[in-house]
Amino acid sequence: MRGLLFRTYAMYRDGFAAMTVGRRLWCIIALKLFVMFAVLKLFFFPNYLEHNFSSDADRAAHVLGEITAQPMPRADRQP
Amino acid sequence: MPDSLATVDWARAQFALTAMYHWIFVPLTLGLSFLCAFFESIYVKTGNEEWKKLTKFWMTLFGINFAIGVATGIIMEFEFGTNWSNYSWMVGDIFGAPLAVEGIFAFFIEATFFAVMFFGWNRVSQKFHLFATWMVAIGSNLSALWILVANGWMQFPIGMAFNPDTARFEMQDIMAVIMSPFAIGKFTHATSSGFVLASLFVVGISSLFLLQNRHQRMARRSMAVAAVFGLLSSLFLALTGDEAAYNVAQKQPMKLAAMEGLYVGTENAPVVAFGIVNSTKRPGDDAPAFYQEVKVPGLLSLLANREFGSYVPGIDDLAFGNPERRIVGAAARMERGKIAVAELANYKAARKNGDEAAAATALARFQEHQADLGYGHLAKPADAAPPVATTFYSFHIMVILGTLFPLLFLLVLFYTAKGTIEYQRWLNSINIFALFLGYIAGMAGWVVAEVGRQPWAIQDLLPVHVAATRLAPGNVQTTFFIFLTLFTVLLVAEIRIMLKQINIGPEA
Repeated sequence: MRGLLFRTYAMYRDGFAAMTVGRRLWCIIALKLFVMFAVLKLFFFPNYLEHNFSSDADRAAHVLGEITAQPMPRADRQP
Repeated sequence: MPDSLATVDWARAQFALTAMYHWIFVPLTLGLSFLCAFFESIYVKTGNEEWKKLTKFWMTLFGINFAIGVATGIIMEFEFGTNWSNYSWMVGDIFGAPLAVEGIFAFFIEATFFAVMFFGWNRVSQKFHLFATWMVAIGSNLSALWILVANGWMQFPIGMAFNPDTARFEMQDIMAVIMSPFAIGKFTHATSSGFVLASLFVVGISSLFLLQNRHQRMARRSMAVAAVFGLLSSLFLALTGDEAAYNVAQKQPMKLAAMEGLYVGTENAPVVAFGIVNSTKRPGDDAPAFYQEVKVPGLLSLLANREFGSYVPGIDDLAFGNPERRIVGAAARMERGKIAVAELANYKAARKNGDEAAAATALARFQEHQADLGYGHLAKPADAAPPVATTFYSFHIMVILGTLFPLLFLLVLFYTAKGTIEYQRWLNSINIFALFLGYIAGMAGWVVAEVGRQPWAIQDLLPVHVAATRLAPGNVQTTFFIFLTLFTVLLVAEIRIMLKQINIGPEA
């Protein structure tokens, strides 16, 4: 079991160390994930209902309010 | 109110941008993973090192595509919570857990077998390495399952019940959701379109090598395998496309009418083989649907109902009703929908006031009319029709290209078998161009599926303007342009890395 774990670890270690194309790719992946989770998600994409309502009952009431509101005319359609 | 409408349109544009960017990477991952598995299987079977070299080359391109595309789908989940909070809340019980399970499952399969596939060449046995490659292919394709099941459910919502207390759709029958004809159709059609695209990718790059007089043996071998896979996949794609169109005709007849620009229903309905859509035409007016058109009589009846001469309803029938054909139009469904909306409001008020008798009455009335809930939010019957020109052109582009691809694969197979593929410069040039056509066909297919079902986020139950969060349009505009910039940079990065690797070739 120990041998298997070490061989698995060694495969990842040597694999990463020997990467050529992969290094640049990992940089892109890391940068992309950072921008997505640490910038976009944090600052631009709050969960609207989580953020504005404190309980599921309030969230349900809000959504029920939305789906029982009066119909809106569509601006992009001609009469 | 205009602000809300602008927000909805920006949110739609942003979602379309994200989904289309995501779909640049997904189909290639789905198909190329299988092609790598085929190449490696031949290597293991023959023991020929050239097949190993070939496999490693395509595997590297697969890795580049995978790495750049990874997690682009998560951005759509961000958008659900922010821009589409009503929708997100309402379907959370149905999609939340399965999508999370799928994410974890895909992560573990990919983290385990992906590493073996790339790092394990000299560390595990040949057979175990091959097993890992197949697992990556199967895992990648399975990881597309739930999101496509979810999409199928949005087009044809079954196996659930609406809970008026929580304002959520709750799963009642998971098998009905998974085995829905739309779910099966989405999965088979979308994955096989990925197989065709990946085949075009391998054939196109191999053609480039042949035109450059480089790696000729590798290119011919790759082309032979990819052309067989592409031909079989494109035939399967046509079959699943036919099934999808039949399902659309039965459950989303308005989408089918828009796909063919059919305003007035008719027996022996024609397919418009070629047409220039009159974009000023609106449902119910007398303007012609096309400026120019070439029709094939009867074919739409066959496509829609699998019966020559059968009746296919048009947009006007579905919007305004046709008593003669017993078609209940959007106008009548709007009346029922308004009752559903009003009774839901009554139920909410009665529950708040503790009047259980009134709540029970309102609930019974709501349940009687809830199948038309979404129509209660439409302002006029014509709003039930999608943008016809976009749907029509996208559908026809997809079908025309989908018909060309099997012919192209046949030609490649013919000249490969003849041993003269490297001398067919015209065909090799077309093959390179066809790769771009493959992307266009895939995107056009999604435009048909998604624009064609407007105005619905959930068919008949939730229109997009109710599904969206009421945000200031500036918020969505800002993130739209951030995404546009980010996606462009990442795409340029991918293309550059990919081209560099192709330029190096299998010697890398």
